[in-house]
Amino acid sequence: MDIFSFFNKKEKSKNIAKDRLKLVLVHDRANCSVNFLEMLKNDIIKVISTYMEIDEEGLDIQITPGGNGKDGESSPALYANIPIKSMKKR
Amino acid sequence: MGIVIVVTSGKGGVGKTTTTANLGAALALLDKTVALVDADIGLRNLDVVMGLENRIVYDLVDVIEGNCRLKQALIRDKRYTNLFLLPAAQTRDKDAVSPEQMQELCKILKDEFDYVVIDCPAGIEQGFKNAISGADRALVVTTPDVSAVRDADRIIGLLEANDLRNPELILNRVRVEMVKKGDMMAIEDVTEILAIEIIGVVPDDESIVISTNRGEPAVTDQASKAGRAYSDIARRILGEEVPFMDLDEKKGFFAKVKRAFGGQS
Repeated sequence: MDIFSFFNKKEKSKNIAKDRLKLVLVHDRANCSVNFLEMLKNDIIKVISTYMEIDEEGLDIQITPGGNGKDGESSPALYANIPIKSMKKR
Repeated sequence: MGIVIVVTSGKGGVGKTTTTANLGAALALLDKTVALVDADIGLRNLDVVMGLENRIVYDLVDVIEGNCRLKQALIRDKRYTNLFLLPAAQTRDKDAVSPEQMQELCKILKDEFDYVVIDCPAGIEQGFKNAISGADRALVVTTPDVSAVRDADRIIGLLEANDLRNPELILNRVRVEMVKKGDMMAIEDVTEILAIEIIGVVPDDESIVISTNRGEPAVTDQASKAGRAYSDIARRILGEEVPFMDLDEKKGFFAKVKRAFGGQS
């Protein structure tokens, strides 16, 4: 690392390329658009909200790539991380 | 019985034709009999890269339609007597051939040659489907940029869906200086994303432009780094264990002196 890189806060362009690629490939591989994921996310929030209070900001939903799995077949998976604030009283 | 290898990429302009020409020449140099097939009907280019454009009488579509015998359409290379080219038709389009006809053609060529290398057109339509239909093995060419890698990923999926399992990757036009600065994706970055075996890394090399201008494969040029990279890939295709070459070696006198005194790079 040279001294100039300390002052140069700009991110390496290859990392930007890699991150953009990863994101675009998740959608390509799952054959769905960002819009589709957004709709799915909203519906999931709607359903779960009737049972518990969730942190909508912290909700992370993605489709993990499949098909190119090294050990033979692996199918895409829907992955959702939904932080719960509190359970609703029934 | 020979092996049919398709060279494909999805995106255009990443070096499929150059790769096909050079692998063909390199395999011929290793004493294999090789037939190169240009499957890019309507936009043929393998003939000019090989420097054989003036010798074309019949083409792939002529063979398939029975206008000539296969032997009449195969052009023998100027330099290597065991290297042949089956050119694409220039005035027809991709629909002139069906995947079944291509399979049949590959079967016949396999009986005659040790290796049949098919130059696949860009895209994922009819031309791609034809080119891969008779293949036993697939090589995916990409460059280290977002669009090329994205298309390669799509192609890998399509190859696997068509029973071409385990395609291998050729990373083309790598610029070591840019990789070192963090301004170009490195080999590991690309293999991590695409998750397939890598069979070769080809440096970005001016000698490719020069050899293509002349209509000669770069493998004939001993000084060409890209040419050497292609020769290495050909040996790996034959099953040899060939270590990946050091792309970072400097030719200059001062770099040698620096290295002799233990300096980096």
